[in-house]
Amino acid sequence: MTAALLVCALAWLALGAAGAILSRRDAGRMVVYGGSLAVSLVALAIALGALGGRAPGVTLPLGLPGIGMRFAVDPLSAAFLVLVDLGGAAASLYALGYGRHEAEPWRVLPFYPVFLAAMNLVVIAADAYGFLLFWELMSLASWALVMADHKRAETRQAGFVYLLMASAGTLMLLLAFGLLAGPRGAYAFAAIIASHRPQWTADVAMLLALLGAGSKAGLMPLHVWLPRAHPAAPSHVSALMSGVMTKVAVYAFIRIAFDLAGPAAWWWGLVVLAAGAVSAVLGVLQALLEDDVKTMLAYSTIENIGLIFAGLGLALAFRADGLALAASLALTAALFHAFNHMLFKSTLFFGAGAIQHGAGTRRLSELGGLIHRMRVSAVPMLVAAMAIAALPPLNGFASEWLLLQAVLLSPSLPQFGLKLAVPAAGALLALAAAFASACLVRLYGMAYLGRPRSAAAATAHEADGISRAAMIGLASLCVIFGLMPALALGHLAPVVRELAGVSLPARPGWSGLTLLPVPARQSSYDPLLIALFIAVTSGLAALGLHRFGSRALRRAVPWGCGFLTAGDAALPAGTQYSPAGFSQPIRRVFATLLFRARDEVVMPPPGATAPARFAARITDPVWDGGALALAALINRAADRANRLQFLTIRRYLAMVFVTLLILLATVALWA
Amino acid sequence: MGLIVHLALQALEMAIALLAAPLLTGFVRKVKARLQRRAGPPLLQVYRDLARLVAKEAVVPEDSSWLFRVSPYVIFAATWVAAALVPEFATNLQFSWSGDLIVIAALLGSARFFQMLAALDSGTAFGGIGASREAMLASLAEPAMLMIVFTVALVAGTSQLSAIATFMHSGAEGLRLSLALGLVALVMVGLTETGRFPVDNPATHLELTMVHEAMVLEYSGRHLALIELAGAMRLLLYMSLIACIFAPFGIAPPGAGPAALALGLASYAGKLGFGAVALAGFETTIAKMRVFRIPNFVGAALMLGLLGTLLLFMSASL
Repeated sequence: MTAALLVCALAWLALGAAGAILSRRDAGRMVVYGGSLAVSLVALAIALGALGGRAPGVTLPLGLPGIGMRFAVDPLSAAFLVLVDLGGAAASLYALGYGRHEAEPWRVLPFYPVFLAAMNLVVIAADAYGFLLFWELMSLASWALVMADHKRAETRQAGFVYLLMASAGTLMLLLAFGLLAGPRGAYAFAAIIASHRPQWTADVAMLLALLGAGSKAGLMPLHVWLPRAHPAAPSHVSALMSGVMTKVAVYAFIRIAFDLAGPAAWWWGLVVLAAGAVSAVLGVLQALLEDDVKTMLAYSTIENIGLIFAGLGLALAFRADGLALAASLALTAALFHAFNHMLFKSTLFFGAGAIQHGAGTRRLSELGGLIHRMRVSAVPMLVAAMAIAALPPLNGFASEWLLLQAVLLSPSLPQFGLKLAVPAAGALLALAAAFASACLVRLYGMAYLGRPRSAAAATAHEADGISRAAMIGLASLCVIFGLMPALALGHLAPVVRELAGVSLPARPGWSGLTLLPVPARQSSYDPLLIALFIAVTSGLAALGLHRFGSRALRRAVPWGCGFLTAGDAALPAGTQYSPAGFSQPIRRVFATLLFRARDEVVMPPPGATAPARFAARITDPVWDGGALALAALINRAADRANRLQFLTIRRYLAMVFVTLLILLATVALWA
Repeated sequence: MGLIVHLALQALEMAIALLAAPLLTGFVRKVKARLQRRAGPPLLQVYRDLARLVAKEAVVPEDSSWLFRVSPYVIFAATWVAAALVPEFATNLQFSWSGDLIVIAALLGSARFFQMLAALDSGTAFGGIGASREAMLASLAEPAMLMIVFTVALVAGTSQLSAIATFMHSGAEGLRLSLALGLVALVMVGLTETGRFPVDNPATHLELTMVHEAMVLEYSGRHLALIELAGAMRLLLYMSLIACIFAPFGIAPPGAGPAALALGLASYAGKLGFGAVALAGFETTIAKMRVFRIPNFVGAALMLGLLGTLLLFMSASL
């Protein structure tokens, strides 16, 4: 089974080579994306077969001499393989249609299959060396894909920041694995688990893993690259990066913190929970202030990663305190949300690609009314928007419901710090959910509803059939897993059993479709029944109204607040609310302090007929106050150090001598 | 036989949510009018208004999409299902386990989601202003609601409303500070969510102050009837919610006989009447707030809810 997956990875690498050769021909696209789709489906089938089981490992004579490179599939990797390959298959299908519009396919085709292969290999790697090698391959392949549109200055900057953050993240993981492997160099995962190490190494390794994997996943404040790099890539790659690659980072964190590092200290959960909850709120708040559709989706990814990490933090805390059932609930919620996020975020990025190509712009302030021109793709977009806004009965709500139930179990935690932090985190998660709903209303309402705000949006055209099929497929999965979450939870049970000790009890038959948290009397939620009730009541209402009431319908020009139009002409689009106007109340209430949001209005002089100008400015504390300040500091330090370059030999010799003395003194004092 | 009775009771619960809601709204208006020394409209005026709206043709903005026409049905259905999940006169009805308090809050969130989308779909400035303000209010009211859910669920050990009502009815819990904070917060959230004073004025069409009315301004005919009915049901829902958590006396236990059910119905009617009078009295004595002072009001509800939850986490006896 592991060997078959390795063959799949080889096939992807071969497709990458084929892509490099055929990239300038039209056939190249068909070969690369069609081939990637086929290989993804095969890998998906293998992963589905491997779910819950443990396949014998494979050791290849590659890598470090004498050590080899180990691969294995256990329940955790199998579950993430399903996620990666389902996302990969959907993105490849979408790219079959969407890839036609690529300006420079030779910058995408060779790297796309390599990216897929690397993500698969990271998940099945069973030693630190292979893991880091493929992690780096994944980073580099995705960097190359981000740089596809390298002529734009923003893309180049995004690529640079991404490369920097990816290297720093890999360094953190390298140090984490170094600590875990210990002085005897046990690089195989099995050997790491079997070995004993002082608790402080495990503590530091967990923190390093949080930094390394968290920066790749987009946890605040290590997220600065994500909202720049994800939108810069072509849309199918954005979907892969946001929907899938961030989950590989989640996998890396789970692998290290839950599996390799051994028993957790109680404060691990606190740190992870805090990072997750803060990321969730700030991520979605920034999404709410964003005008670019894809950047907005990238910020929303930060929110969802925050939710996932909040679940993981709760699970760590419960596990450290021996509350195995509660830990299994929190872990199930986190894993289920990771899977759900892959489904709806990929759909949304596909839709963003369709908008970008169909309307020629990604700016919300230039869109509007697309539902009339993109009739089919507007429907899966609506489903995905509802799912990510956590509306019942869709899948996003099912996983958030489980997460909130896990929060409700936390008064049983003994530590004072957790008792204080968990309700606050619960409030932050609730705030994030409310913002997410507003954010998705803004996205969908401004892009698809109302009247077009630009000529480009007025003449937008629908996406091609294959792209639409990919969107509809994923959106249907959102509905299916929303109505029957037990389908997914059943498959997550072996993973959870392995990592948390126990799993949520499974129930047979129809009753198994109802969601229950661990103490089953606490609560229950039956999405299928709720959906049925909504369908029946709305159907009854429609039937009754059309039977007994008036069926007449008339279209008319709406009241434009006194705005005069000639005759029956439509109202100009500018009389609608703008995206910036929509988020103005929230910006004023929440972002004034956090992001130093300022509204600037420039009025024309009295009597002039020029329009007044409005601009809303926000300052990202992490980017402007953190990253840019750090860069300035480094530049200053480098300038200082630069003076050392122009000294005389005599001075250099003196410096060598002094350094030697200091070193000797240190050694002497140490001994 | 047992199943038929159970189904009949569940159907009665749904029917009450639907049919009593306009009466409750009419009663609030009547009491308010009497408090202001006006005669006020007759009690049944709301039903008449709905019937008139249903019989009229529906006018939709010319640039609106199918979403504008579908949304009223979704809003109506989600609100109705949510209202029917709140125990009114009896606990543990046939389908009461299909959703808990979080689901009820989320169903109301779905209704709001579609309300805001429909407002934006109308393509007018009013739709935008309403949706934008509603988003701001919801961003505070929804977390506040969830904090109240946490408080109540932690006290009762369950987030299932029927079980909460049974637990509260048993009197096992005495007086708790957290519950008091939760009650105040829930009333504040309820006032916000049902668009009453001091947050919104249900009778105004003044653009500076409208929130909910601005969103539904372009609706007419049967669509408007559904939305008005959903609004009435939301008021009923919040009153039932407060009654079943904080005043569950008289509510019929599972498997109760006809006498207990009749008592349950009578006490439910009494609680609604008391709630309506209290609401009318409150609205008569208070003025509406400026829009940008509302976040302070709802934010206070959020803080109270958080405080209630925090107290429960920190201490078992407060």
